[in-house]
Amino acid sequence: MISLSHYLTVAAILFTIGVLGIFLNRRNVILMLMAIELILLAVNINLVAFSAYLGDLTGQVLAMFVLTVAAAEAAIGLAILVIFFRRRGSIAVDDVNRMHG
Amino acid sequence: MQLILIVFLPLIAALVAGLGGPWIGKTAAKVVTTGALFIGAFLSWPIFFQYIGGSAHPTVVPVMEWIRSGTMTVDWALRLDALTAVMLVVVTTVSSLVHLYSWGYMEEDPGQPRFFAYLSLFSFAMLMLVTADNLVQMFFGWEGVGLASYLLIGFWYHKPSANAAALKAFIVNRIGDFGFSLGIFGTFLVFGTVSIPAILAAAPHMAGSTIGFAGMRVDTMTLLCLLLFVGAMGKSAQLPLHTWLPDAMEGPTPVSALIHAATMVTAGVFMVCRLSPMFETSTTALNVVTYVGAATCIFAATVGCAQNDIKRVIAYSTCSQLGYMFFAAGVGAYGAAMFHLFTHAFFKALLFLAAGSVIHAMHHEQDMRYYGGLRKEIPITFWVMVIGTLAITGVGAGPFGFAGFWSKDAILEDSWAGGTVSGTIAFWIGALAALLTSFYSWRLIFLTFFGEPRWGASEHIQHALHGEEDLASEEHGDSSHSAVAPPTGTGGYHPHESPWTILVPIILLALGALLAGEIWHPIFVDPERAPEFWRQSVAFSVALARAGEDSATWVKLTPTIVMLLGLWIAWNNYIRNPQAATRFVEQFPAVYRFVSNKWYFDELYDLLFVRPALWLGRLFWHGGDEGTIDRFGPHGAAYAVGVGNRVTARIQSGYLYSYALVMLLGLIGAASWAIWWAK
Amino acid sequence: MIAIIAFYLFATLTIASAVAVIFARNPVHSVLWLIVAFFNGAGLMLLLGAEFIAMLLVIVYVGAVAVLFLFVVMMLDIDFAVLRTGFNKNLPFGILIALVLMAEVIIAVLGWEAGPTMSGRHVAAGPPVPNIVGIGQLLYSRYLFPFEIAGLILLVAMIGAIVLTHRRRRDTRPQKPSRQIARRPKDAVRLTQPEVGEGVKL
Repeated sequence: MISLSHYLTVAAILFTIGVLGIFLNRRNVILMLMAIELILLAVNINLVAFSAYLGDLTGQVLAMFVLTVAAAEAAIGLAILVIFFRRRGSIAVDDVNRMHG
Repeated sequence: MQLILIVFLPLIAALVAGLGGPWIGKTAAKVVTTGALFIGAFLSWPIFFQYIGGSAHPTVVPVMEWIRSGTMTVDWALRLDALTAVMLVVVTTVSSLVHLYSWGYMEEDPGQPRFFAYLSLFSFAMLMLVTADNLVQMFFGWEGVGLASYLLIGFWYHKPSANAAALKAFIVNRIGDFGFSLGIFGTFLVFGTVSIPAILAAAPHMAGSTIGFAGMRVDTMTLLCLLLFVGAMGKSAQLPLHTWLPDAMEGPTPVSALIHAATMVTAGVFMVCRLSPMFETSTTALNVVTYVGAATCIFAATVGCAQNDIKRVIAYSTCSQLGYMFFAAGVGAYGAAMFHLFTHAFFKALLFLAAGSVIHAMHHEQDMRYYGGLRKEIPITFWVMVIGTLAITGVGAGPFGFAGFWSKDAILEDSWAGGTVSGTIAFWIGALAALLTSFYSWRLIFLTFFGEPRWGASEHIQHALHGEEDLASEEHGDSSHSAVAPPTGTGGYHPHESPWTILVPIILLALGALLAGEIWHPIFVDPERAPEFWRQSVAFSVALARAGEDSATWVKLTPTIVMLLGLWIAWNNYIRNPQAATRFVEQFPAVYRFVSNKWYFDELYDLLFVRPALWLGRLFWHGGDEGTIDRFGPHGAAYAVGVGNRVTARIQSGYLYSYALVMLLGLIGAASWAIWWAK
Repeated sequence: MIAIIAFYLFATLTIASAVAVIFARNPVHSVLWLIVAFFNGAGLMLLLGAEFIAMLLVIVYVGAVAVLFLFVVMMLDIDFAVLRTGFNKNLPFGILIALVLMAEVIIAVLGWEAGPTMSGRHVAAGPPVPNIVGIGQLLYSRYLFPFEIAGLILLVAMIGAIVLTHRRRRDTRPQKPSRQIARRPKDAVRLTQPEVGEGVKL
């Protein structure tokens, strides 16, 4: 039987991969954004799994909101990336170093 | 009642002139202060005559309660006896004449209300000192005159040399005051009171007892007297606390006349005479007083011979004469000491004020090498100064003599007649000093008033000729120590006699110098009349006075002989054979340098005290204040904030993935906390 | 039985494509692998009975977000040769942290119990409704306010994206209506009395 913990494990592994992706990549910033999407996907799977096993639709509503915000955040993040690229000419992660104190 | 007026009118005048100067204007300030002092003088002389006539008794006029603390009772009270009467006359007369003199002398000065206020303040403090019934009140007056001296020496405060001199005077006085206060503390400890009559009555009982001091057992009365004498040393510029007196000449000449000739510096002598019953109980202390007085006497006389500034010659002369007074007190001749104080006040103030008249006429030139031949230009000043010099050198024979003849001879006779070792040594030293006194006093007269005019080369005269503004504050003493006379020449400048406000005081003082000794020597020193006059206000020794009168003829003639010798040497070197002085200096250059540099005392003190003190101050400043307090306090805190800021700023590297890493770590931390701790 | 196979299929594919997203060399490939991951995630949700959310995932995430990613990747002139590959020196540290994180999540999950507010709330009373109806009922009643706020968030994101990336064209000269409206008659019209045959100076 597929129990709740199966789904949760899948979500956990996805989450970890996303986290790894954020700071393991040395290549470009788009990969970071995509890793963030993976994390959000893991969270959504969690929410929906809980919702199904508890019989409460609140989880799914919340998953929808997460989806909405993820879309908005992806849009803004990419916009920032675009103008960053316009200025710097590259999207290598190492080049994003202007925010120092 | 009159006593209260005499003492407190100057205070009121000082407050009015000092605080209200801007409103009432300088003429009103001058009138108020001078008037107050003249009233005091007119009230003091009758009191003095009453004591001479023998109709007065010692009284105490209580004024106000002051300190009631445990067993210590100190009240404001004014004491009046013969000693006080003498001092009242001296202080009020000289002070009022100096006030009048300053009308003319300080005429161009912008700060006149302040000056007159300070003069009156000084007079008040001095009067408090001499009428003090207890040691604390005397100390109040003591400190007050020290303060007034500081204010007046540094009157022209924009001159750095004046500021330095004022500081020097105050600091050296402070050292003396420290000894004096220790003496007061010891006296209270031993006698349980600070009231002077009580102390003097109880003093003989304490003779021979011992007291613990700094871990040793010492004789009580000796210790107390020595500590009190340290105060007198500071105030009266005795060796080794004398260094401030010549520098005090930075003040205006009236100040020098009043404070550093007639009154403040004599406060030490007054104190010793007032406490003479105490001093009589300790021979050691008396010997110390004698030796210190004699040493100062000869030291100052030698240095005075080599000075070129007219005021400094008179200053060293003062120092030397004070030495006379002290060694007179040391051998037990308190009457003679007070007599010399009395006469010295007149002729020294006269000399200073007359010198001021010369300086005024010579447009603030003070260097005697630029004088010469002035007797034709300013004759009144000339004659007055001659009278003063005759007084100080002690010219006289038989029953007629100038003031110094009576007082100085009395001192020398009494010190010889005492028969003690210290007295005999003091006699010879005193005789030698009298020779030098005569020499430098006549040297001053000859250089200033005789010979060819030499003022053409003087800077001040040049200023006068070209009509440049030359304030009294620009006067300065000799800057070099050369004995070479500048070339002769008037430069076309003719000095003129001073205005009447200057001449009247010096003429009055000249009368005093002429007659004071003649008229009043019996009541001061004669063994018949004096005890009646003094009436236990000083420890007058009739036996000593009688022995002094009966001393051998050669003893009595010694002062006159040395005086003539000194006169002859001065005349020879400065009138008959003017090159003799220069040749003497060339032959003995080391002696000349030693003497004209004041025996290098200032340099010695600089090495011993000033530099270590400055070093210590710098140590505390850089090491303590900056290095410790600042470093751990404000400066250090600010610096630490900056350092901490720089350290934490490095955490913000700007690299995106390190920020992401930090966020991740934070997330892990939060998750761990949620799992393990927050239950 | 089918459900179990389907679950393991979807799960494995999701995880594999997630790994592929990270390690793909070509960014376009990364986006495509991301799309695969999304599809398989949607499949997992279908298995859970949340068909609305699954379709939403496909439409919004794949159809909009992933396409947006693709646009940007293809728009930016990325020079592949220059991109550094290879793992950074943080790799061991990073793997350690990731393992720690995963372990924590799993521990949390295994020790999880239903909270006090949740116990006894299994199946909602009432007839089973389709997923979308149930969500709709909940969304427009209890969660109306967050719904509106979500709409506002989207609006703000849209405006923000436009503002951030908007560029002015320098070779056009548009009208400025505000200036047009602000014009006053006395700036525009001047009355003169010209002489005959003289003309007007402009």
